[in-house]
Amino acid sequence: MISANLPALQVIIPLLAAPLAFLLRKPRLVWPFALLATILTVLTSIGLLQQVLDEGVISYAMGGWSPPWGIEYRVDAANAYVALIVSAMGAIVMFYAGTSIRHELPEHKQTLFHVAYLLCLAGLLGITVTGDAFNVFVFLEVSSLSTYIMVSLGANRRALTATFQYLIMGTLGATFILIGVGLMYVMTGTLNMVDLAQRLPEVADSRTIYSAFAFVTVGVCLKLALFPLHGWLPNAYAYAPSVATAFVASTATKVAIYVLLRFVLTIFGVTFSFNTMPLGYILMVLAVIAILIPSTVAIYQSNVKRLFAYSSVGQVGYIILGISFGTVLGVSAGLLHIFNHALTKGALFLALGCLYYRTGSVHLDAFRGLGKTMPWTMAAIVVGGLGLVGVPLTAGFISKWYLVMAALEQGYWPLAAVALAGSLLAAIYLWKLVELAYFQQPDSDAAQIREAPLSLLVPTLLVTASTIYFGINTDLTVGVATVAAETLIGGVR
Amino acid sequence: MSTILGLYNYWIVVLLMMTGFYIVIAHGNLIKKVIGLNIFQTSVIIMYISMGKVRDGAPPILTEGVTLFSNPLPHVLMLTAIVVGVATTALALSLVVRINEAYGSIEEEDIHTQEKSS
Amino acid sequence: MMEQHVLLPLIVALPLLAAVLIRVIGDRPNPREAVTLVTATIVLALLGLLAGDIYRGEQPSFTFAEPVPGLPIRFQVEPLGMLFALVAGSLWLVTSIYAIGYMRGHHEQNQTRFFMCFAIAIAATLAVSFSGNLFTLFVFYEVLTLSTYPLVTHAGTPEAKRAGRVYLGILLGTSIGFFLFAILWSWFLAGTLDFLPGGILAGTGDSFLLSIILLLFFFGVGKAALMPFHRWLPAAMVAPTPVSALLHAVAVVKAGVFSLLKVSLYIVGPETLMALPGRQILLIVVAISILLASLIAMRQDNLKKRLAYSTISQLGYITLGALLATSAGLIGGSLHIVMHAFAKITLFFAAGAILVAAHKSEISQLDGLGRRMPLTFIAFTVGAVSIIGLPPFGGMWSKWYLALGTLEAGELLLLATLMVSSLLNIAYLMPIPLRAFLGKTAEEDRHVGEAPLPCLIAMGVTSLACLLLFFFPQPWYQLASMAVLP
Repeated sequence: MISANLPALQVIIPLLAAPLAFLLRKPRLVWPFALLATILTVLTSIGLLQQVLDEGVISYAMGGWSPPWGIEYRVDAANAYVALIVSAMGAIVMFYAGTSIRHELPEHKQTLFHVAYLLCLAGLLGITVTGDAFNVFVFLEVSSLSTYIMVSLGANRRALTATFQYLIMGTLGATFILIGVGLMYVMTGTLNMVDLAQRLPEVADSRTIYSAFAFVTVGVCLKLALFPLHGWLPNAYAYAPSVATAFVASTATKVAIYVLLRFVLTIFGVTFSFNTMPLGYILMVLAVIAILIPSTVAIYQSNVKRLFAYSSVGQVGYIILGISFGTVLGVSAGLLHIFNHALTKGALFLALGCLYYRTGSVHLDAFRGLGKTMPWTMAAIVVGGLGLVGVPLTAGFISKWYLVMAALEQGYWPLAAVALAGSLLAAIYLWKLVELAYFQQPDSDAAQIREAPLSLLVPTLLVTASTIYFGINTDLTVGVATVAAETLIGGVR
Repeated sequence: MSTILGLYNYWIVVLLMMTGFYIVIAHGNLIKKVIGLNIFQTSVIIMYISMGKVRDGAPPILTEGVTLFSNPLPHVLMLTAIVVGVATTALALSLVVRINEAYGSIEEEDIHTQEKSS
Repeated sequence: MMEQHVLLPLIVALPLLAAVLIRVIGDRPNPREAVTLVTATIVLALLGLLAGDIYRGEQPSFTFAEPVPGLPIRFQVEPLGMLFALVAGSLWLVTSIYAIGYMRGHHEQNQTRFFMCFAIAIAATLAVSFSGNLFTLFVFYEVLTLSTYPLVTHAGTPEAKRAGRVYLGILLGTSIGFFLFAILWSWFLAGTLDFLPGGILAGTGDSFLLSIILLLFFFGVGKAALMPFHRWLPAAMVAPTPVSALLHAVAVVKAGVFSLLKVSLYIVGPETLMALPGRQILLIVVAISILLASLIAMRQDNLKKRLAYSTISQLGYITLGALLATSAGLIGGSLHIVMHAFAKITLFFAAGAILVAAHKSEISQLDGLGRRMPLTFIAFTVGAVSIIGLPPFGGMWSKWYLALGTLEAGELLLLATLMVSSLLNIAYLMPIPLRAFLGKTAEEDRHVGEAPLPCLIAMGVTSLACLLLFFFPQPWYQLASMAVLP
């Protein structure tokens, strides 16, 4: 009975856990409960992925109302894959959050944080498994609003202005998506994704649908922080609590990319998106700029969280570059990097959280002599950084390999050169940190700090180790990504 | 002529949408930004609802003898959207209150200056 | 269906294990050094065992994992790889003995970190020599770069940091920017990255395209120090001398030229390579590199810097062999890996000994020192003559075959380059022992004694090797010819 309802459970477990957690009141009780909820969520997504790989696409009618009138949850390889990474990061970061939140937030706000975290998780998973276009908007707003709450709880007052800016831009983006969906509804009379895909080709040649496409794409690109719509990201990541950054950085933009893929490939279809509309070229140009410029800006940052935030904008550029080719290889490269980057950035921000826990700062100066005082944390940062550069044996290398292959397949070898140039830029900002950490002596007061506590260190090292594991054993990631890409490009039968 | 008059609902929507958008971007006062956002969201709500109107259709309430109804689905969707809008506005306004406490101002420029110097 | 030969990962894993043990033992010098020496001896013995298989014509292999479908991380030892592995393995043992004398005589800091990183770098070098396809080679090539960075920057001074930046910048820049690009392109064209006799790129593209890839390969392997990507070598001289000795005689630079030989033999293929227009361009670059480096060497007063530029020039010989792609040229290049390694390491050993015993680093300060440190300078002379290529030392053989290679290819200008280069070698190497033995000893040097004993032992072994290599080059020649002439 459970296995039949897995798609619904995927969303309901965190969604119900949130108000229950709120009722528990005391942070001491709330955290273990939230952790339990996230673990159940991961188990559900593992089960879902297993089901999809065995049986094919799962179609689940919510409340028994059959589509296209009822809301359908539709799980194929692509969203099962994304759901897995989201829930896995959700669980690991929640484990880490126990100590980190206790340290960073005042007591009366800790429960609220955990509640917001669970709501965000529910929202993100809802976006991922749903098969209804309007439902995407609803869950998008659920996750966005809860993200705003989490970010605003940062210690620095700049967290407030960063949240406000994020709120404005995020709401604009979500409203654009709403407009796009509305225009599609006007022309086809349906909101179900499969139904839309079947009905759109007849009406595709109209200004309404062109506008719908444009609105949806721009709205989603705002959410995934594609250059130049990335303005909200650096500050939001920099000033949010460590846990919030680690969770959001590894999930929110990835889910937004999934939404882009779902709309562009499944609903509108490859032919419309890439041949009728010049999406491929536009994305390609923006992606190239995203790879080169934010990575360069990152080099000059003195707040290390902001540095890695700009790095994230660059990495999103890589994913979009792969998608912009519109080929199976390109989309699989993009999907691969979604997984690999989620792990890599997650590891980096968790490690930065360890640093913040001990020193109260994420400024470059805090890195002086870190190789001696916090060797494990620094090792995690180095390994994560090498993953960003794309050194062989890391997960980042695998996605870069596929991305360059996809570029060469289309004959775009200047783009291959751009991808490699981005790696070198990442090497530069990584090496700034390495030199500070290993070549300089710690300041007198900094010399006292010890390594981070185990409850923070273990999740960090676990995620870091997985970036190496998935750099060597790629059966899961490459296998599923390829199947997912084929499903997405193949369209709905 | 019929294009303009016949599509008057869309024109209003576009007008509101652009007004809201402009307010968000052009004004420095945070409350005004929130209001602009509201107007922007409201325009979309109006768009959906006006789309749902069927010519000569009755309001979508089951009544004896009525066969042609306006489309109830957009109304339902917009109820959700309104709730989302309310939540967003509430969150935004509470943020503005906190920002005011922290910075002593709700003007974007003042806050910018304070952030640069701190 | 390939058998998995466990000996291969064992040989690579042992130095890694040693590194862990060294870290654990920490600051107790004698047990710590014992770990290095014992492991190096075992590794050398195992390499000898492995060599037996290779001489019989076998090519044992071991597959680890397959990160990208079609691209396994695989070890597969063929004769050229065996040659390199033997050089690396034997010189690890010798250098470790030397390093013990040097590090203690010089009162160096952070000796644990030094010996640990040394072991890791050797593991990476052995892995490069065992690589069964270009993908595996690239993986361990990069690991080698990263694992030698702490060795280069060992001193921790601002100069060391700067040198480290140049080192990493050039090596990572060329490897990611050019080498990886060439690898990806080759994979795309050939569908495989295995090392196959005759070359996997044969017939896959027009000569323009393949020339570009050739250029990307030869400039991309920054460790071969082909000009203009050579600056990292003199910059890395800031490291302690054992590092310079092992890395710049053996591990890092030889990994570079080894990769180029593999590319020439098994990726592009000698026949294809000889027909490419890109080859002509590269031959000119190599010739310039050989001569220019020698000329710069003549102007260096710092002994290690002079030896560094000499290395750049000598690496050019091996690169030349790879580019000539005739059988004599390839054999000559492969042999030079051996000859140059033993000769250059002797020279570096001597340089380090001079530093430790007499605290001198500049050539102009060495007058008369030969009478105070006769053994050291005799060793230096042996190494120098081998580099110059005169009998009775091994260097003669590799020069011989390289010259044959130029004749086979009909490149008389290159033959002239080799000859001129030998003359330049005399000009920048011979004055050193001559001044040392015949010059006037300075006042302050009257009391200088010989180098520490471990250093002398190491130098003695490598000098003897240079002599033996002249009389018994057959084992090495056999490995080289097995690789080149299937």
